[in-house]
Amino acid sequence: MDLYKKKAHELKELLDNGEVKSVEIVESLLKRIDEVDEKVGAFLYVEREENLKTARAIDESGKREGLLSGIPIGIKDNISVKGMQNTCASKFLEGYIAPYDATVIDKIKGEGGIIMGKLNMDEFAMGSSTEYSAYKTTRNPHDLTRVPGGSSGGSAASVAALEVPLSLGTDTGGSVRHPSAFCGIVGLKPTYGNISRYGVTAFGSTLDQVGMMGRDVKDVALITSAISGQDSKDFTTNPRKAVDLYANLSRDIRGKKIAIAKEFLGEGLHDDVRKNILQMIEVLKENGATVDFIELKLTDYSLAAYYIISSAEASSNLARFDGIRYGKRAEGTDSIIDLYSKSRSEGFGSEVKRRIMLGTYVLSAGYYDAYYSKALKVRKLIQEEYKEIFKEYDAIISPTTPTPAFKIGDNKESVMAMYLNDIYTVPVNIAGIPAVSLPSGKLNGLPLGLQIMGNYFDEQGILNIAHAVESSLGLDMFPGL
Amino acid sequence: MAVSKKDVDYIKVLARLSVSEEETEGLVEDLNMVLSYVDKLKELDTDDVKILVNPIYIENVYREDVIEESLNSEDFLINVPERVENYLKVPSVIGREEE
Repeated sequence: MDLYKKKAHELKELLDNGEVKSVEIVESLLKRIDEVDEKVGAFLYVEREENLKTARAIDESGKREGLLSGIPIGIKDNISVKGMQNTCASKFLEGYIAPYDATVIDKIKGEGGIIMGKLNMDEFAMGSSTEYSAYKTTRNPHDLTRVPGGSSGGSAASVAALEVPLSLGTDTGGSVRHPSAFCGIVGLKPTYGNISRYGVTAFGSTLDQVGMMGRDVKDVALITSAISGQDSKDFTTNPRKAVDLYANLSRDIRGKKIAIAKEFLGEGLHDDVRKNILQMIEVLKENGATVDFIELKLTDYSLAAYYIISSAEASSNLARFDGIRYGKRAEGTDSIIDLYSKSRSEGFGSEVKRRIMLGTYVLSAGYYDAYYSKALKVRKLIQEEYKEIFKEYDAIISPTTPTPAFKIGDNKESVMAMYLNDIYTVPVNIAGIPAVSLPSGKLNGLPLGLQIMGNYFDEQGILNIAHAVESSLGLDMFPGL
Repeated sequence: MAVSKKDVDYIKVLARLSVSEEETEGLVEDLNMVLSYVDKLKELDTDDVKILVNPIYIENVYREDVIEESLNSEDFLINVPERVENYLKVPSVIGREEE
């Protein structure tokens, strides 16, 4: 039995029935990583001996109550796992060892999950291709000459390449959904406040959420159920009781009202991507849902508001990387200011510097009102527009990305071309609503993604719709790797 | 409202980044490109619109003041670039001007 090919819920069943041991799963995945990761480049760190020990201990205990008991999970390298590196794919944090577990890691461990290692990303989660990693190039498992998307490119590629059944990423403007679409897997960005960010390196604090990735909707529901809920260490987490998405997953979407915005099918959209989304409308109708065309007139403004807000928040959040308490410290500096400036300049890559500069500019005296306040007002308008739609509709659909995965190097030098990748995913973070991306077909062998956006805290609703679509399509998304 | 080299020189001091002349030129170009894109927000009338900072309104959240175990200091002090026992070592912060 090739255990590495199994999905998490299949492994869970095999483990619960005593048909396999956790240590066999870990061994199978480590072997798979050794075989393919040289080509894919998803992992920045793999935990080996320690995980075999943990798995054996779980097997010997015979206890099976944890939701993730004995199941391995990969973690983006900006989420703290005690004793492991947490580089955020930046040279600034080379050699740093996390002294504590993020709340999501604490919860995974509490449910018996095994942390396989740390996954590559765009430096500090800024990018849409994982090309801005300071360490290595991650390749798309469906075509090794193409990018996996980003910024959680390692998280998506590792799941798509069958190196790990589940992974965590982070999503500030699409960083979980975008690579999920490019790599042909399922990725969920939850409602703002659904999952604790304690121990997760902050980028844009009013936009960031941890996101979950797996090879089917059921797996994503499983891990989301395990890590959601209020946390006293993150005051932005919502006090409502977490829903058991896994237990309540249903394919019955009869009578659901679904909307698609005309603006999502506009300029810049690849023709075949448009055809694909029109097919998805038919699939939803076959499942008993209704689909109406609506208007989201502010769609075009979301990306502009996003780049101002996210860069402003990033410039503030990244001020903590000063070379004093941890991370890069430049040699031969003669004053404290010199130490800050040189350490940051030596440690940060060009995209990170660009965003810090943009963020500092829009927050500086004289430009604050013109840019930052303006963007926050537009944010309010965008949120109202979405709230209005959700008064009448259960979900809104769109393509996840305007094109399938592009070639490595194609967008790296063009700032705006890279930013435009996030045109469909960014409004979700601006409004703070949940959205899931799932495979909706292939174009010349490359996966396409369907994005389903839902009302606040209606993760169950959008996962059920995704589950119905997934079942109807029955796609085989295994890469030939 | 184009960004000049002088603006970038000023912003890099605020941002605590030392940027080479070559990088500065690139940044002037990039910032102008992004800012000309975001200028489209001006098309929208927002005079009577309130700002939205957090997508979900949050009141202050309080918890009981209970003593909990803190991190073991050695676990985080291993990450300090330069230290003397439990102190961080840094260049002098005050008094440089007089020298």
